[in-house]
Amino acid sequence: MRYLPNSEAERRLMLEACGASSLDDLFAHLPDEVRLNRPLNLPSGKSEYEILDYFKARGAECAADYACFLGAGVYRHYRPVLADVVASRGEFLTAYTPYQAEISQGILTSIFEFQTMICQLTGMEVANASMYCGSTAMPEAALMAARITGRERMLVSRAVHPEYRESLATLLRNVNLPVAEFGYDADSGQANLDEMERLLDERTAAVIVQSPNFFGVVEEMKEAAALAHGKGALLVHVFTEAVSLGLLEPAVDADIVAGELQSFALPPSYGGPCAGVIATKEKYVRQMPGRLVGETADTRGNRAYCLTLSTREQHIRREKATSNICTNQALVALMATVFMTVYGKQGLRELAAQNLAKSRYLASRVPPRFTGPFFNEFVTAPGPRAPEEINRKLLGRKIIGGLPLGRHYPELAQSMLLCATEMNARSEMDALAEEFAR
Amino acid sequence: MIRKVSPHITQNEPLLFEISSPGKRAWQLPELDVPAVDPAAALGPGHVRREIEGFPEVSEVEALRHFTRLSTWNYAIDLGMYPLGSCTMKYNPRVNEAAARVEGLLWAHPYQPEALSQGAMKIFAALEEALVEITGMDAATLQPAAGAHGELTGILLARAWLESQGNPRKIILAPDSAHGTNPATARMAGYEVQNIRSNDLGMVDLAALEAAVNEDVAALMVTNPNTLGVFETDIVKVAGILHAKGAQLYMDGANMNALAGIARPGDFGVDVMHLNLHKTFSTPHGGGGPGSGPVAVKRHLEPFLPLPRLEKSGEGWRFDYDRPASIGRVKAFYGNFGVLLRALAYILAHGADGLKAATMDAVLNANYIRKRLEPYYDLPHQAPTMHECVFSDHRQARLGVRTMDIAKRLIDYGFHPYTVSFPLIVPGAVMIEPTETESKRELDLFVDAMISIAREAETDPDLVRKAPHSTRTARVDEVSAARRPVLRWKPR
Repeated sequence: MRYLPNSEAERRLMLEACGASSLDDLFAHLPDEVRLNRPLNLPSGKSEYEILDYFKARGAECAADYACFLGAGVYRHYRPVLADVVASRGEFLTAYTPYQAEISQGILTSIFEFQTMICQLTGMEVANASMYCGSTAMPEAALMAARITGRERMLVSRAVHPEYRESLATLLRNVNLPVAEFGYDADSGQANLDEMERLLDERTAAVIVQSPNFFGVVEEMKEAAALAHGKGALLVHVFTEAVSLGLLEPAVDADIVAGELQSFALPPSYGGPCAGVIATKEKYVRQMPGRLVGETADTRGNRAYCLTLSTREQHIRREKATSNICTNQALVALMATVFMTVYGKQGLRELAAQNLAKSRYLASRVPPRFTGPFFNEFVTAPGPRAPEEINRKLLGRKIIGGLPLGRHYPELAQSMLLCATEMNARSEMDALAEEFAR
Repeated sequence: MIRKVSPHITQNEPLLFEISSPGKRAWQLPELDVPAVDPAAALGPGHVRREIEGFPEVSEVEALRHFTRLSTWNYAIDLGMYPLGSCTMKYNPRVNEAAARVEGLLWAHPYQPEALSQGAMKIFAALEEALVEITGMDAATLQPAAGAHGELTGILLARAWLESQGNPRKIILAPDSAHGTNPATARMAGYEVQNIRSNDLGMVDLAALEAAVNEDVAALMVTNPNTLGVFETDIVKVAGILHAKGAQLYMDGANMNALAGIARPGDFGVDVMHLNLHKTFSTPHGGGGPGSGPVAVKRHLEPFLPLPRLEKSGEGWRFDYDRPASIGRVKAFYGNFGVLLRALAYILAHGADGLKAATMDAVLNANYIRKRLEPYYDLPHQAPTMHECVFSDHRQARLGVRTMDIAKRLIDYGFHPYTVSFPLIVPGAVMIEPTETESKRELDLFVDAMISIAREAETDPDLVRKAPHSTRTARVDEVSAARRPVLRWKPR
């Protein structure tokens, strides 16, 4: 096996030192009943060439050369070369969690920069070092809100990503935190704040609203915050399309932001790994889950960074921890950090503006179903033909159409969700529109 | 005598925000091929933000140098051994990185048609099948995003099964040697946690277990080999005690690197377990993620696995969403695909023989370190060592040198520290896991360093206490960091 560095001679020397005559001797204390007395039923080891061949063949079975109008939580954005260059450096790629600050200042510094940029983007005061993904950050934000308010009920907009809501339900079901949902306005596609207001009560810990929402529509976060706060509940702002923050007013009135940063240099990669994040107000930091990096000094008085406030965490607090989470998504958060650096203050705005222009062009050819303002995604109802049928036809033109909404929204069974980013050329959009018009 | 490293110059580098200057750019977008749009008109003026205050503006070369300079301040597997116990810091094969960047896989959208996703689904299926064979379980889900997430999924599965039997029960048992995630997970799944003491060998005390298990106990969470690197030789009896009362045996698979190809949890009574692909299966730690924590189960738990389930359909694969007993989703989409495929590449490279050979070398390396360090460090538990060994600072503490000091001094010798002060049942723990991908040469350098530090503790304890001396950053003040948290940069 080529990854094993020792020669037979070295193994013999080491065995001798251990007082063992064979490798098997080292396992002699294992009871017979637990031993596997046959080889694993797996193929023999493969060369590098064969391995790459296998994965290239698998890649060819996916849709490599199709135009794509899917978004819905995973977005196709151009990935600056520097993101892979930086994340491929062994010193980042193959480093452990930076507990040993003296030899981890590179990671720690980049995370501190990440936390800062997330605050700047979201209008929050503190951000953690990243989470698994948006769909797990959202339930963690809900648990956090329950701890802060001492209340147990969650109110969630139905225009929040359906798979995020399913993940929330799985987690909250077993800890006696009931979840209620409120609908969306059938015209605007925005969360129905009247219904939300009716459902709000003194037991409500948090109201969870995604903006832009699953339909791509921008929500009225100020109003949602005022209503939630009026009943002593917190507002959780969820986002899945981070590029929107380049243009959209951040929800500064929210108490917790739970977001997904996949758009920042992470490839779609069939849905993972992604990079979630939680940001909040300073006063709630001790209830925030996840790793945090703080600034301090070393014994020579030089600026230094370290993991901090770890008394919230499982390795110290065990069953009293804020979460069982013990890692962030450091490497992909680093890619997001590089992305934010490359685009910077002007570039991110410009990128968001291009997305807006692309989606408006597409919307000029394929009319949106909802009237609310949207960013780079919108719902369309193609008319007499079912979305699935149109999608089948589009495949013939090497185009992957939008996401049919029937599975999660039976009332929108005749609709699909379309996304246009800077990656979608005008010619692709024209071809899509032609098929719609047929 | 420090043989492994020599000092060299590293570059200083301010924060991005401090090198930022208005008008600098590292980006250029293609010219728009559609009409530009006025954001205020399109979104409504109230929805459009002013500029992102404080966001960096740097040139491309400055951006590249910034992150490259930062990278040189890190230790990494690519630079040398990482003797972190329970972390399995092994070599990360680079062909796995190349595999993950195959275009069709990189750009596969989770909602693209199944007919156009068969390659990705085959990768899921192949990995699932391999993990089931390696663990001896009956089915697996690849959805959980990390080890702790897998634990939570696994306990929710046990809970769902117990509920289907009429009662989810109240208590999760965990040995006092358990990872901190175990009790934290149990709480997140709605359980109370009760600790079970270890016996003198460092194993689960059967009498204590027998006394604790009753109809209120949902499961025992056990790590095997445990965090002392000791195989729980009574594991079949442990399973018997639990099953007799209708409780489940959960195995934390963090230490699977000691077992692959040698013994299978499914064969010794485990009902449900998670694996850490970023440990046993070599996917890069990346400075703390992304990981992946698949969960493998016995047949009785299979109906409860998260949605959707991969299912064979004629010649191909499809996702089955119609599984009424499922605990539901634990995250959006299907799992950390990019991590999962790296783990499959690792398994393909090894094959059956290679996996077993890797396990044997991992155990040999740990035994070699134990044997060579035993004369110098206290070894509180004498049971045979599997993939890691746990010493204590007992002898050095009498000289005023603690495990953290020894760990920090290792840095001067060119090594990452071992795991400090864990497991909790060993006061002043020195927990060492070499993995199979360290050569005898690297191990000897490590052992020599540890011996040299043991001597320094006697002759010059202050040298050890104030270490590291050679790093660009000296010991950091973690107390002030926590007392007055500065968690973001602000202009002065």
